[in-house]
Amino acid sequence: MADDEIILADLSDDELVLQMHDDLYDGLKEEIEDGVNILIERGWTPYDVLTKALVAGMTIVGNDFRDGILFVPEVLLSANAMKAGMHILKPLLVETGAPRMGKMVIGTVKGDIHDIGKNLVAMMMEGAGFEVLDLGINNSVEKYIEALETEKPDILGMSALLTTTMPYMKVVIDTMKEKGLRDDYIVLVGGAPLNEEFGRAIGADAYCRDAAVAVETAKAWVARKHNQMGA
Amino acid sequence: MPQDALSKLLSTRDWLMADGATGTNLFNMGLSSGEPPEFWNIDQPDNIRKLYRGAVEAGSDIFLTNTFGGNASRLKLHQAQDRVHELNRVGAALGREIADASGRTVVVAGSVGPTGEIFEPMGTLTHALAVEMFHEQAEGLKAGGADVLWIETISAPEEYKAAAEAAALAGMPWCGTMSFDTAGRTMMGTTSAAMAEMVEKLANPPLAFGANCGVSASDLMRTVLGFVSTGTARPIIAKGNAGIPKYHDGHIHYDGTPELMAEYAVLARDAGVRIIGGCCGTMPEHLKAMRAALEATPKGPRPTLEDISAKLGGFSSASDGTGDTSNDPKRERRSRRG
Repeated sequence: MADDEIILADLSDDELVLQMHDDLYDGLKEEIEDGVNILIERGWTPYDVLTKALVAGMTIVGNDFRDGILFVPEVLLSANAMKAGMHILKPLLVETGAPRMGKMVIGTVKGDIHDIGKNLVAMMMEGAGFEVLDLGINNSVEKYIEALETEKPDILGMSALLTTTMPYMKVVIDTMKEKGLRDDYIVLVGGAPLNEEFGRAIGADAYCRDAAVAVETAKAWVARKHNQMGA
Repeated sequence: MPQDALSKLLSTRDWLMADGATGTNLFNMGLSSGEPPEFWNIDQPDNIRKLYRGAVEAGSDIFLTNTFGGNASRLKLHQAQDRVHELNRVGAALGREIADASGRTVVVAGSVGPTGEIFEPMGTLTHALAVEMFHEQAEGLKAGGADVLWIETISAPEEYKAAAEAAALAGMPWCGTMSFDTAGRTMMGTTSAAMAEMVEKLANPPLAFGANCGVSASDLMRTVLGFVSTGTARPIIAKGNAGIPKYHDGHIHYDGTPELMAEYAVLARDAGVRIIGGCCGTMPEHLKAMRAALEATPKGPRPTLEDISAKLGGFSSASDGTGDTSNDPKRERRSRRG
């Protein structure tokens, strides 16, 4: 790369963090790895590196994606760079017992085999520091429930691209209610044919218009859940 | 080389009408969700004949075969990746049968949808693999008697180019539309102007290009104006959705009425579109209303964005990334890349 004029190690902490936000924006994987390592060497906690450098940078990417300034290819590159940074941080976060962003189980509902939107949400959620278990396509209610019980996530995400499969989301939510599980999880739904009205009608916590909104909504709901537990 | 059926029609007519929805129609015939529609080419051929006949009887000059998801990547989700040739051949052959029985020239357009995969480096799809999959599908459609290949709902320019290459390998004339569903661009960020430019750079450009699906008919018309303003001489295709899906008491329906789609068809023609059809939610009654309006309404001036939003409803985003973008939101940055 012909960017010799910027030496990351010469930047002050504040400047470096801003530079990392830009490097994430540009999807520069190696620069992000370097930045993460430098901050750790300077004695930053892994959690501060995650939240102040990476997650804050991905928030800018997410906002510009939501606002139609960035599009999927750029966002995927950014998420890829974020992931490289996360790869370094993950063991350190576990070691230091840092608070987790949260965990999500996500899958496309039974009958629906469309997965681009769901994959994007999974990538953006990982990019935002969440742990994501992707159940893939065509998931039955049994499969969702099993994953909830074994994985104990904070969030269940369901996706449907077809107008004929979206009502199945209600089947899953109703089953969760029957089993007394509904209130243990944040339920987010998304997919091209959905809207807020539908999300409310089936008893989801929120409808997410796109992957960027999904991340913002997940953060807000997880924060709310933690506050409740602390109260 | 004798001219293909679509080129012949285009050379004699100002506008042609394409068909409407495939999925919406098949679901109304009892296709259950998750079941690949392409299986019905073999298992329920009478329903597929009925689908095609519905479009022909409503006045369509072109209809698309029930093969949208008939590539190896999509069929693999149903462990049917070894049935690509068969499902496409039969889907096209049923179309040939209906078209030939119509007593007029009706074009059988072999539908080719996206692979659903993301290209490398972000995803795993390579150009060579995409060409191979599209080519396999194209050969099946050709064997079944399709007049042209009809590549649709594409988001990535790389995928459009791969499909073009496959059409050349199969020796088939082709048309190709992209879906502009994200702030007036495709999911991958392609603008209408960028698509028009890309199309002209292909080694084997399509007979016609344009937009299908996306958000609403009004958004689709804005995309069309974007094509037109590039000054392209190539025939433009518009296949817009019949409104937006709404959920009522456990059922989904599209809120676009036949009257709205008739307005849309006339606006599209007045904007300079040569091939006009519908997409999701567009049923035979919509097509009949569109055909009647196209025949009864004298050609008017090219509509403005204001005319479009007044007749079809507002747009889903303030801008579509074309024309003067100086007022669009931008990020002030300190970036390495200039």
